[in-house]
This record gives sequence, C-alpha cells and structure tokens, in this order.
Amino acid sequence: MKDAPLVLGIETSCDETGVGIVHGTELLFDAIASSVDEHARFGGVVPEVASRAHLEAMVPTIERACQEAGVALSDLDGISVTSGPGLAGALMVGVASAKALAVALGKPLYGVNHLASHVAVDIVEHGPLPEPTMAMLVSGGHSSLLLVPDVTHDIRSLGSTIDDAAGEAFDKVARVLGLPFPGGPHIDRAASDGQITIDFPRGLSSRKDMERHRFDFSFSGLKTAVTRWVQSEQAAGRDVPVADVAASFQEAVVDVLTRKAVLACTEYDVAALQVGGGVAANTRLRAMAQQRCDDAGIALRVPRPGLCTDNGAMVASLGAQMMIKGRPASDLSLPADSSLPVTDVQTGLPVHVDHDHAH
Amino acid sequence: MRVLAMDTATSAITVAVHDGQAVLATRSTIDARRHTELLAPLILEVLAAARTTPEEITHVAVGTGPGPFTGLRVGLVTAQTFAHARGIAVHGVCSLDALAAAAARLGHEGDLLVATDARRKEVYWARYRCTAGEFEALDEPTVTRPADLPDEVRALPTVGRGPDLYPDLLPHALAPGGTDLLDVDAGVLAGIAAARIAAGEDMPIEPLYLRRPDAVASAPKPKSSRGPSPRQQQRDLRRAAERGARDGEAPQ
Ligand SMILES: [Zn+2]
Repeated sequence: MKDAPLVLGIETSCDETGVGIVHGTELLFDAIASSVDEHARFGGVVPEVASRAHLEAMVPTIERACQEAGVALSDLDGISVTSGPGLAGALMVGVASAKALAVALGKPLYGVNHLASHVAVDIVEHGPLPEPTMAMLVSGGHSSLLLVPDVTHDIRSLGSTIDDAAGEAFDKVARVLGLPFPGGPHIDRAASDGQITIDFPRGLSSRKDMERHRFDFSFSGLKTAVTRWVQSEQAAGRDVPVADVAASFQEAVVDVLTRKAVLACTEYDVAALQVGGGVAANTRLRAMAQQRCDDAGIALRVPRPGLCTDNGAMVASLGAQMMIKGRPASDLSLPADSSLPVTDVQTGLPVHVDHDHAH
Repeated sequence: MRVLAMDTATSAITVAVHDGQAVLATRSTIDARRHTELLAPLILEVLAAARTTPEEITHVAVGTGPGPFTGLRVGLVTAQTFAHARGIAVHGVCSLDALAAAAARLGHEGDLLVATDARRKEVYWARYRCTAGEFEALDEPTVTRPADLPDEVRALPTVGRGPDLYPDLLPHALAPGGTDLLDVDAGVLAGIAAARIAAGEDMPIEPLYLRRPDAVASAPKPKSSRGPSPRQQQRDLRRAAERGARDGEAPQ
C-alpha cells in the first residue's frame, strides 16, 4: 500500500502505556509498558500510580515502537490518541504527549474513542470491517454491545452492563475462590480442569428483562450467587471445588454474552460479530462464540489476545482509518474526557464539519 | 540557541521562546484546570510570535514542580515528547526557582519565601536569598500546611499564591515594583534554563511530586464491616481520584 497513511497511536486510558504504529491496515509494531504489577497489591488500578507510570513510560515506549517498526517519527502521516473514556489523569498524559508530537512534527492529530479503537484493532488482524459490524466489548472496564455502521464516525450503543463489567465479575469471583488478580486468566485456567456442575443465574435473561434490557448485561447478581454458594459450602465444612465453581461461573457469563451478541446480529441483520476487550481472551468465550456464530451463519472476528487488551495498535488502527476515509483532523485544543460516550468516536472536531456525526 | 520553555506547576499555563540572550516571546493563560487543552495551542502561538519553527528549537526547558500532579505531568510529558520528536535535549528547572528569579530581577534584595498552592490546605515552599538580581535556594522544596511553617519563615516577604490563599498565615506578600508574582512566567524560567545550559549544569527532569501516591491507597473507608472488595476499593479510589483530578490532586 504505497499511499497508505503511517499512523502512530497512543493509549493511556488505564494502566497500559501503549504505542502502536500502523501502515494503512498493517500493524508494524505494538509497544506496551504496563504498571499492572504496581497495582496488584491494591487489588485494582490506583489512578495516581498509573499516571506516574505513564509519564515515565511515555517517551521510552514511543521510542521503542519506532525502533521496532523501523520508522522515524518524521515519516509519520498522523498521530492518534485515546481521548476518552478512561482515568482522567492517565488520559491526560497520552493526550498531551500526542499533541506534542503533532506540534513538533507538524502532523495532524486524531483524538479517538477508546471503545471505537477496540473495534478498529480488528482491521489490522482480519482486514477491513464489514459495514455494519456488531461489536461486543468485554473487559474490566466495559461490557458493551455496539452496532458499528462505520467505525470512523458512526457507532451506536445497543446495550451495556447495568452494574459490573464482565471483567469485574471475573476479578470478584477470583477473589472469592482465592485466585489472584486479575481474575480473568486465573478463572479461565482453573475452569479448564473443572466441570460445569452448578447452574448459576444468567443475568437479564428472563422474558421481562428481555423486553426492558434486551441487550444489556448484569453480572452483579451472578457474582453474589457464586459468593453465597461458596460461603454455604464453607459453612457446611466442605472443600470448595474451585475448578468446578470457576467453570460454572464462566459458563454463566459466556452463555449470556454470546447469546445476546448473536441475537443482536440476527435482529439487526448484521453478518459479522467482532469481540474485543480483555475478556475476549477467555478460551470458553471464544469457543462458544465460534459455535453460536457458526450455527447462525455469522462471521466471528476475534483479534489475538494481545490486541484484545488495551494497546496502542488499536488507536493507530482507528487513526489510520480516519485518514483513509478522509475524516477531518481534531483540533489541538481537544480535551481528555474521562466519560466520553461511545457515540463520540472522534473528539476535537470542528463543529461545522461534523454534519454526519451521530449523537 | 533557541529554548522552548514551559511550566504547568502553578495556576499559569506558560510558554516562552528564548534565544540565549533574551525572551523572544512569551504567553501565559491562568487556568489551573485545562492544561491538557490549552498547552499545545499556546506553544503554537508562542512559536509563531517568536517567528520560530519547531525545527529551529535547540533545547526544551520545563518546570519540574513542585505543583499539583495532573497539571505538572501535562507540562513534563509535553516537553519530553516535543524534545524527543525533534531529537533535542530537555532540561528541568524547579518551578519555585522561576518565582524567586522573578523577584530578584525585579530588584528584591534579601531573603524570600516562595509559597505556591499545593491544594489540600498545603503550600509548596522554599526559601531563597536574592542578591543583585541573582537568587540562591536555601531549602529543598517541601510541602507543608502554612500554619506549620516556623514563624521566621512565615515572616519573610513571600511570592507565589500562598499569601493570596492564606493571608492570615502568610501576611507578607511581596510585589516588587508593584508586580504581583503569583505564578511562574516561562520567560523567566527560560532565562534560568539558558544560563544553566550554557554553564553545562545537570538539569534533571524528574517531577517534584513531594507526596507519595501510596497516600491514595488509604482513601475512603466503606461503611460495611466486611471491608471493601478490591473492585469496590478500586471504584472508590477511582472516584476519589477523579474528584482529585478536578482539584488537580489525588486525595489523601
Ligand atoms: Zn479497553
């Protein structure tokens, strides 16, 4: 692709400092520095610790991405950056750094939505996104079902969690079972040795809920059910079958997620489902999504696990799409917006250019 | 020499270009909340006013604080990234030095207290001695409640927002030549940097946080006797931090 834009993307919305470089639809390199170990003793991400780590890692990560990609900063055609949603102080480090690159290099800047980037990353993995695509984003921070007619400017939210994110449920249940943080990979591993022996509740799946919360999720009740079950076993003096509980819990989460995602595809007549976010690394989720999509004649797209979690490549991929599709650059005064709605795919847009921007 | 200097440690977002002899242009906006939005456009504005392109900048200088963390980091990461993108060095200057230098240049003679807003009812402070237009630091910068400062320190003529915020405790606001010295001026900071660069001084860019982030971990106590879940804790921390971010500071 001779004329494909060369874009560097920066992601700092949580505890990963990510810098990715994408050439059109080809990923050249994805550099990540994580402060996850520094947060482990708090049992979760401490914003100030994350922000300090971003500042320390920012320039070294940019440098490493360029080196590994064999790209000089002056070769870039554009810069993109996650401008929200996320931790305010963490976002600001990435946004300020991206602006400094844009100013120093005289290149256009694209402030982009973190969730939209999760969708766009699949372009570097599996090629152009079918339009529309259905996207399910499941992580410690989000659980969303999105209809995506155009990832560069038209994303519609069909549903999301009404309480905990899917990844939060994994963390909480891991804690109940005495497994380490973050819970996702540990539950997955434990479940692979277990049997689905317990019928845990499927949130928001009753007939009434399917009217009011058709594409929403709820994991808080499930979390409580698992906790109660474990406590009653302990109270009865029995050993908790950790592997079986993990497998049964995981099955309940994955069942609801995949059932609603496939239903959304069917009802909206969408032929492709993309799954992203950290929970997309879950092996049972991948297997069940594959089976149900196959049965329904839907193409399933799941990026490799390293691209499902937060990274810079996803931001670069969305930035490259914006350049390919001729979207206007963002204004240098764009803010970091910790509660940016998913429908705002790009930030810092001049108002008069923004005719077709769905709100 | 063309120094691009910036500081975000006080209530000013301030940028200047300096040629080693004099300030070519300087711009400041008083807004302690919108560093992320305003700093980059201000840099473009100053470069244009100084008729200097990014390629012509030879050094970057940045105030390393102490200052409210969130804004401070915006300045530091901007300076570091700009310098990296241009393949030039970035140099750190203690932000309080810039306030002392401003007082010295305006003719103040003798000891001086620099006291800036540290939020959470505290000030960042250090003493300086000004002689014939030059200044010398007498302390490492520290963060303290103004009431806890020794009387002889509080009795000194004071620059920075301290006297403005705590007039009863820091009663001796200094306004040399009628000029209030409340916030850092990047033009002054650029001058300090240019002299130190010429002298070959080591100018580290480590932020002067002066508070540990661990303070955040002891944050809000939930009412439940069972103790918070990690996620509850995390959510509380995050909320507290978001509040803190609006205040420019993580809570204790
Ligand atoms: Zn994410």
